[in-house]
Amino acid sequence: MPKVSFTSNLRRHVDCPEQVVAASTVAEALDLVFSQHPRLKGYVLDDQGSLHRHMAILVNGQAIRDRKQFAQPVEDHDEIFIMQALSGG
Amino acid sequence: MSNKLLVSTRKGLFTLGQSAPHQWNIQSSAFLGDSVTLAIVDPRSGHSYAALNHGHFGVKLHRKTNVKPDWHEISTPTYPDFPDEREPDRCPMRGIEIPWKLELIWALVPGGADQPGRLWCGTLPGGLFRSDDHGDNWTLVQSLWDVPERAKWMGGGYDYPGIHSICVDPRNSSHITVAISCGGVWETTDDGASWSLIGQGLRNDYLPPDQAFDPVAQDPHIMVQCPSSPDHLWIQHHNGIFKSVDGGKSFAEIQEAGPSVFGFAAAVHPQNPDTAWFVPAIKDEQRIPVNGKLVVTRTRDGGESFEALSEGLPQTHAYDLVYRHALAIDESGHQLAMGSTTGNLWTTKNHGDIWTIASSTLPPIHSVSYF
Repeated sequence: MPKVSFTSNLRRHVDCPEQVVAASTVAEALDLVFSQHPRLKGYVLDDQGSLHRHMAILVNGQAIRDRKQFAQPVEDHDEIFIMQALSGG
Repeated sequence: MSNKLLVSTRKGLFTLGQSAPHQWNIQSSAFLGDSVTLAIVDPRSGHSYAALNHGHFGVKLHRKTNVKPDWHEISTPTYPDFPDEREPDRCPMRGIEIPWKLELIWALVPGGADQPGRLWCGTLPGGLFRSDDHGDNWTLVQSLWDVPERAKWMGGGYDYPGIHSICVDPRNSSHITVAISCGGVWETTDDGASWSLIGQGLRNDYLPPDQAFDPVAQDPHIMVQCPSSPDHLWIQHHNGIFKSVDGGKSFAEIQEAGPSVFGFAAAVHPQNPDTAWFVPAIKDEQRIPVNGKLVVTRTRDGGESFEALSEGLPQTHAYDLVYRHALAIDESGHQLAMGSTTGNLWTTKNHGDIWTIASSTLPPIHSVSYF
């Protein structure tokens, strides 16, 4: 099953342990994680359900471009990493 | 007199208390490292509220109460789902898309004494929200969001329009006046069911001359209401200082006010509507004190004349800018507090005659409030 993990910077604000979820898309994975950690949703998504402007989701190290539907398929052993889209120094 | 201050900064929230008549000390801090854009204590409930902008992680709202004395996150105002097949809103000046989501909490104001749980929240990109349960739940005031004139609202200091001033009439809690940058001054007399654009006489001189007096095209930086004379409103506008004596229906422009009429902050005496304070800066882009001398201007005659108050304030190489929510007056009208972008905090106990530095090492200060 895919693994979902988060930038350590998020842990200062909200509980977000690494999880393995039974999901076939990024959207399903997010839904499962948010159902267990409801506060986390507002730290990742805005109030319209889109990824916050300065956040990024990587699947196996590649940033996904779909920032609203999260329809990208995921498979067993894929790694979904949610992080800040940092830039500059 | 109030003896505590909440100071919201770019890097945390600080509570200051008085250890001696002119000595303020930091008594506690919270959210260190995080941007706190506003904080208030609701005098009706005693609840404290702090609005945070995490940048990457969005806007959050926290509360603490006597029952739960540690800060804890509560719900934030949430915009309703963007309607299907609606075209995005666009700034009429720049054409950029106005987001349909919470960007910033820019005003947080308790409702009237007869509405114990009521809070009003002004936001970027221009939504006004209401809570009737101390912030547990928020509802967009759809009637204001839906006014056709919103198509003319535009960004000022920010890219998007926003509500920074909410004045609840102490005589009638259903009478609320809000100021929008840029969108003018709006009034409801039925608790938000309907809204009227008011503010005749406001003048925006960066627009073409034939649009300068358009009430919806105005850029008020802050609007304050005299609690004992609620028909008296003062506005520090992008274009200068304006005064109303008819509840904001019309404003008169103050042409001269010391070093400059430009600024962001304003305070009005709670018992004397003719006494008001401003913090001037060089217009437009420079936004530093005139000649590097930080002063507060004060009128005691309704704007006929102004004094430049400088005792205790830096008079050489001062580059402090005081943001719109960073000049506060307490309920007595004797004490004021002022925080700057360079992390200086001053207080006065004598209407601004003499200022005393409370801290010179704070992060950039967003807002100051007494409690």
